[in-house]
Amino acid sequence: MDTMRDRFAPVVSRLLDEDPRLAVVLAEIGRDGFTEAQLRHPDRVINVGIREQLLVGAGAGLALTGMRPIVHTFAGFLVERPFEQLKLDLGHQDVGAVLVSAAASFDWPAGGFTHMAPGDVALLDTLDGWTVHVPGHPDEAETLLRHAVAAGDDKVYVRLSVQSNPEALPVDGERFLTVREGRAGVVVAVGPMLDAVLAATEGLDITVLYATTVRPFDATALRRATRTAGTDVVLVEPYLAGTSTPAANDALADVPHRVLGLGVGRAELRRYGTLTEHLTAHGLDARTLRERIAGFTGNGPTTARG
Amino acid sequence: MTITTEHSRPYTHGDLPRLMGLMTGDEKHGPAATSTLDVLWVLYDRVLRVGPERMDDPGRDRFLLSKGHGPMAYYAVLAAKGFVPVEWLPDFGSYDSPLGHHPDRVLVPGAEIGSGSLGHGLPIAVGTALGLRAQGLAEPRVWVLVGDAELDEGSNHEAIAFAGPAGLDRLHTVVVDNSSASHARPGGIAARFEAAGWSAITVDGRDHDALYAAFTAPHPGRPQVVVARVEPKSA
Repeated sequence: MDTMRDRFAPVVSRLLDEDPRLAVVLAEIGRDGFTEAQLRHPDRVINVGIREQLLVGAGAGLALTGMRPIVHTFAGFLVERPFEQLKLDLGHQDVGAVLVSAAASFDWPAGGFTHMAPGDVALLDTLDGWTVHVPGHPDEAETLLRHAVAAGDDKVYVRLSVQSNPEALPVDGERFLTVREGRAGVVVAVGPMLDAVLAATEGLDITVLYATTVRPFDATALRRATRTAGTDVVLVEPYLAGTSTPAANDALADVPHRVLGLGVGRAELRRYGTLTEHLTAHGLDARTLRERIAGFTGNGPTTARG
Repeated sequence: MTITTEHSRPYTHGDLPRLMGLMTGDEKHGPAATSTLDVLWVLYDRVLRVGPERMDDPGRDRFLLSKGHGPMAYYAVLAAKGFVPVEWLPDFGSYDSPLGHHPDRVLVPGAEIGSGSLGHGLPIAVGTALGLRAQGLAEPRVWVLVGDAELDEGSNHEAIAFAGPAGLDRLHTVVVDNSSASHARPGGIAARFEAAGWSAITVDGRDHDALYAAFTAPHPGRPQVVVARVEPKSA
């Protein structure tokens, strides 16, 4: 199967053909995918070199002239390094952009901590007005990219990852989907965590919601789910653990509830290796997830599957 | 009936100290407060193709004040040119005033960007030039004003190093040099732009004719920097 990142350049190249308002801004990373598009649209495929402050600043300047910039690089270099540019050049200037990141929390573990960005969504949570899409499958990535581009002048972040579920679901760029219904707890699985969550909750009396658009947080869906499944809520996120805990608490502010936020730990592992090894190290494998979810919700035997 | 007020005549450069005085409470201003005044006046009076009625015109020139500190001179020029009502000036910095100690583009008519944190205007100006080019708008030119100490910020150097090789000839930077950078070498500002392929001119930042000549000098195929030297901040 191709990856979300494999889809990015072909999808955006087609969108460039369709929408004269669109421009792509790159900082070397990902440029090879746009070779043909650059020949067709030399003024709308822009590579600024390895200059991430300019990457975002130039995107903001394009937006000020009325264009819709798509700004792309690895998550750490897109959100963390030029964070003040996101805050001021986009937010304070009151203009929008589509930010599309690659490499996610640890897509390239052998590359080490410099290329890991588990804090990207939490950082964006300090800013106002961002939509955040976390697709769990290349088909969903394509759908959500199209939603992001079409979202007027909104500020939208699309987080692409190597980690992916085997099947795509019909995501709509807005709402959580109910994947499984139970009566003794709600698990919100974000993007590529769905596959592990489904394995972890097999045979448990648990409702599973699938979230690919996490900001705005679909409070309505969570509240609805808790009516039959109770107010023990577990969030399973592919980035920093607890990132969406405040959003879940806000959604349930008027009812007694408990929230367990699972995700990537803060501690730097200082390990290389593989994606699977890192997921396991952070307790995001199906076996550990099952223990944590069953333990928290008091749900059935804690024996792990498989 | 003819109502005669002083506003029935256009404001001139000579009115600017009084307009600034509405904000500062004093018509005498030191060099630091007025370092940008002559550059701004020559641009708005003789160079920029802008006006209060043209702010929604895609074909207008763009002036981006990157050095957002000490914006009294900027507000005075915007008031003199009819972008901002003169009545707004005395409330400068108050809770209900659109005019803050750093400008906000959402609040100030005529301001193309909000600024204050140094080093943001030049990268945004690069993107503005790219956006105008991508839309086939050949006429509008882009100007960005930075301070000499503002060039300490590395983000400027990302923009300078890109714009020269990219041949962004509609892009103009004016550096108001009041020798406020702690670590600098003589001629260093122009040299860094020139090394990146920019056309560079250094002039007396108080000499209106010299500024006008520099602002209108041709620079085919290259972005242009005008280094406008004024009295040292410490003087």
